[in-house]
Amino acid sequence: MTATTGTARTGAAVTATAAAPARSRTVPAWVWALPPVAVLALAFLYPLTLVVQQSFTPDEGGLSLDPYAEVFASASFRDALTTTVWLALGSTAGCLVLGFVLALVIAFVPFPGGKAVARFVDVFLSFPSFLITLALLFIYGSVGMANGLWTGATGAADGPFHFLTTPWGVLLAEITYFTPFVMRPLLAAFSQLDTGQLEVASSLGAGPVRIIRRVILPEALPALAAGGSLVLVMCLNEFGIVLFTGAKGVTTLPMLVYSKAILESDYAAACVVAVVNIAISVGLYSLYRVVSRRAGA
Amino acid sequence: MLVHSRAGKWATWAVFLLLFVPLFAVPLLVILAASLATHWSGAFPSGPTVERYAAATSGDSLQALTTSLVTAVTASVLALTLGGWAALAAASLRTRGKRFLDALFILPVAVPSVVVGLAVLVAYSKPPVLLNGTRWIVILAHTVLVTAFAYQSVAAAVRRLDPMYEQAAAGLGASPARVLWRVRLPLLLPSLTSAAGLCFALSMGELSATMMLYPPDWTPLPVQIFAATDRGSLFTGAALAVVLMTTTLLVLAAVSRIRTRASYR
Repeated sequence: MTATTGTARTGAAVTATAAAPARSRTVPAWVWALPPVAVLALAFLYPLTLVVQQSFTPDEGGLSLDPYAEVFASASFRDALTTTVWLALGSTAGCLVLGFVLALVIAFVPFPGGKAVARFVDVFLSFPSFLITLALLFIYGSVGMANGLWTGATGAADGPFHFLTTPWGVLLAEITYFTPFVMRPLLAAFSQLDTGQLEVASSLGAGPVRIIRRVILPEALPALAAGGSLVLVMCLNEFGIVLFTGAKGVTTLPMLVYSKAILESDYAAACVVAVVNIAISVGLYSLYRVVSRRAGA
Repeated sequence: MLVHSRAGKWATWAVFLLLFVPLFAVPLLVILAASLATHWSGAFPSGPTVERYAAATSGDSLQALTTSLVTAVTASVLALTLGGWAALAAASLRTRGKRFLDALFILPVAVPSVVVGLAVLVAYSKPPVLLNGTRWIVILAHTVLVTAFAYQSVAAAVRRLDPMYEQAAAGLGASPARVLWRVRLPLLLPSLTSAAGLCFALSMGELSATMMLYPPDWTPLPVQIFAATDRGSLFTGAALAVVLMTTTLLVLAAVSRIRTRASYR
């Protein structure tokens, strides 16, 4: 605890020496930054350091790397890690393609109601992710619409759609939920693109595919990179979608943290998985910040 | 602009609708329809009923709704105070201090919310501060999770603020406190209210950290929805989800009205 607030204070103090001369008559500016930093340290950084500390503390006590060795050796952890990574990569790729196509149509092949669609996307973002899985359960669930139609039409006892409890169901839900997060920065970038460029390219004889590849795509790359890396981080951390599918076969890292801590009460193992999860997502998120700053977002 | 022929345009729009409607519109419509149905295992739901809404707005479910509302409002107010304060303090610092505060207050977005839940659980389940089993542990976790968003939107608004106004006020002899209260905060009001709306919506739908922490007498609506679907009552879950979405949208609409009135000032 003292360690975290200590680093926070020195960090603020470093800047204080620079800011102090300008406001020597009143309280230096950094003093005003201390209360929120202290609250955040107490509510967030202190708990986080305890998680790291606990991950090095096996049940017998003492300080060792045993919990890590134990967790890394378990098959459930390695499964969860690969599932998490490929699901996140697959969803991100899907969101990028789908988001690019949809934003392209809204921006460059305008139709009446396009504004309403853009606003709908904003509303979509304010709903929790698990609603998508809930809806998919009605459509593709074992007693849902699609299977009901199939059994009604063929007279079979069982429908053909069982993918919802497999990783593919999670992939579909994640692509659906996270695509708007790619569309928003893309629509913002497209609105700044000078349409004159498209007209010139078109009058010089370039077809739509060529215009997209040579004019629009280069302009959209920063927004695609920023949106894509944000979605990648959010997919890595997604919990609600996976929880709602109720699939025993799909375990991601956040799901593993939950089941280790709450269902098995194995806090040391939960903390180890949590530390791995933090390392991956904080690393990727810093990358996202760098990319989006380059992109000027 | 991109496609010129009539046929090409119609084809593009058809593809757009084919992708957009099943992926984004249908899920929300399905939840709405299911919440009104008695049974659904064919193309269309059968038997309209409002019974589920009667159940969803009474007893445990009503309590879950008020729990969610109290949690979301408290967490939003706390997060706005904390994040807004930090953003305003960061604005008066030089580059390095600003960058430090930026990184610090954006960290909760990067850390998985399940892990935020675990961390708060580990830290506050033992003395000196024993919050586990009380409503405060849920509110604390929600505050931490949404503070980052409050900070980000207020910081972005502070950057866009024209320094002329505060310089003029200070030049006319207003004290820093008066400049803050009469000039900066009123100018920031539109972005503060939109940040409040964002925080509220996020907190209303928060499930990951809440699943790690909630005590039996403080179950927010998303947990209630999960409990319903987990025991197989999908239709009750759908009705609860509609209640959740409607409440969120109503509050967001109310908040955006404040914003439009403030922008005329």
